[in-house]
Amino acid sequence: MNVAVKSAADRPAATGAGPILAVKNIEVIYDHVILVLRGVSLEVPQGGIVALLGGNGAGKSTTLKSISTLLASERGAVTKGSIEFRGERTDQLTPGDLVGMGMVQVMEGRHCFGHLTVEENLITGAYTRPIRGAELRDALDKVYAYFPRLKVRRSSLAGYTSGGEQQMTAIGRAMMAKPNMLLLDEPSMGLAPQIVAEIFEIVRDLNQKEGVSILLAEQNTNVALKYADYGYILESGRIMMDGPAKALADNKDVKEFYLGMSSEGRKSFRDIKSYRRRKRWV
Amino acid sequence: MPDIWFFIEVLVGGLLSGIMYSLVALGFVLIYKASSVFNFAQGAMVFFAVLTFVGVMELGLPFWAALPVAIGVMVLVGMATERFVLRPLVSQSEDTLLMATIGLSFVIEGVAQLAWGVDVRNLDLGIRDEPINWVMDKTGMLISQLDITAGIVASVMVASLALLFSRTKVGRGLRAVADDHTAALSIGIPLKHIWMLVWATAGVVALVAGMLWGARSGVQFALVWVALKALPVLIIGGFTSVPGVIVAGLLVGASEKVVEVYIGPKFGGGVEVWFPYVLAVLFLLVRPEGLFGEKIIRRV
Repeated sequence: MNVAVKSAADRPAATGAGPILAVKNIEVIYDHVILVLRGVSLEVPQGGIVALLGGNGAGKSTTLKSISTLLASERGAVTKGSIEFRGERTDQLTPGDLVGMGMVQVMEGRHCFGHLTVEENLITGAYTRPIRGAELRDALDKVYAYFPRLKVRRSSLAGYTSGGEQQMTAIGRAMMAKPNMLLLDEPSMGLAPQIVAEIFEIVRDLNQKEGVSILLAEQNTNVALKYADYGYILESGRIMMDGPAKALADNKDVKEFYLGMSSEGRKSFRDIKSYRRRKRWV
Repeated sequence: MPDIWFFIEVLVGGLLSGIMYSLVALGFVLIYKASSVFNFAQGAMVFFAVLTFVGVMELGLPFWAALPVAIGVMVLVGMATERFVLRPLVSQSEDTLLMATIGLSFVIEGVAQLAWGVDVRNLDLGIRDEPINWVMDKTGMLISQLDITAGIVASVMVASLALLFSRTKVGRGLRAVADDHTAALSIGIPLKHIWMLVWATAGVVALVAGMLWGARSGVQFALVWVALKALPVLIIGGFTSVPGVIVAGLLVGASEKVVEVYIGPKFGGGVEVWFPYVLAVLFLLVRPEGLFGEKIIRRV
């Protein structure tokens, strides 16, 4: 195995207090038999953007669902290790409790409420908050300020909007809960590169202006490392490598395995596929 | 009696019995909206609810005491259904949920008969299924008091439910849950409470429907099949629309009576038994989502 050496200095920089999210050595089993995560540990510092990278089936979504405790509704269970959000263990909490504490997951594939309008989608996002009237209006206007496109589309049924607009609706809906931490699962999935860039710019804005910490699961390694401060690479349910985003982007193996580059420069897609078939980490 | 009065009598009689179909269908819509499942057990719930009500009255409680008891029992049934049937099946496919409700219907039917016996009972609501005198004197039309009462009760119920769905936070949460359980969970909508509330409400609607039907035809096992009458109403009105099932109920009730009276004799009678289903099939061909059902959204 060829794993980059980790040093304490490479760890995500903690700003004052402890990390907002700490995942310690978790193991996840689905349906009592299928072992999906084997000892995953990661940390998200207060106000950081952390990327969780890896291919299909590496366990990125499972990691996010373990954190948001949505896993329980899919017959999965965290059997070892612990997850702490703002210093509190989450194993006995429901997704609703966590939303109340400020952590919201934006699921893979958007999952907007298709038969509700865009605005109704956003309003349901504030379900856990006791706001109404002018306060609710303000919260909506704030989302519209970040996503002007949603304001135009607000009275359309979400099911009829484009993929990018649905992704924006999903993120906007999560913002309505006034989170201090967002879990974004594959926000780039199925979207044109231009829209992906637009969405990531907004995510960075959210992070910088609202101080929302972000944990991002992405297959699009290139984009994710451009916007994240720190990255973890997951493969077959294990963290294979982690480090500051810049260091990962420059790493020879990451370039080869995830960015489609080798020491001889860019290879054709065909070569990369056969190469990956011969040589992998695990 | 002039022909036009006779026609109006048939029409009004049909509309009023249609409202009763709507009431049964309403229970289906509630649950379909929240769990996107066709609740096979709705008929059983109607039967169980009214049997409980009659049973409690037989124990010596007066009407006004028996009603809250029966409502309480239906709320408990709703909560138990959420806890023991739905919660373990979160995020499972709709087919799985449908099978679960089929199982549930057998359990409820069994428990109902175990607890209260299998005798046919009379339910006296104090409203007689007799024509209203002054209408008969004035116009010669025979319009039942029970039908009128059912019409009023159903209208009130429908109006309040429609408001609940469209105007309140819970209503919005409920529609969100109907669209996508997991997404609703992810933004913190408490699925448990919503499901509990919906099943309890559906139980209360079943109780009201059962009381009105039971007062007319006796409280007996056949009430389970009232649910079958609701099926064409659901197809025509749309599974997800409260106003839809009301209009469809009226349409089915009125058209089956009118057709029975005016065209029935040509077929040797009995048309009203199958006419609603023919109507439903026509709707399936032309407008599969029903009159007011949610459009089937398909992005390509």
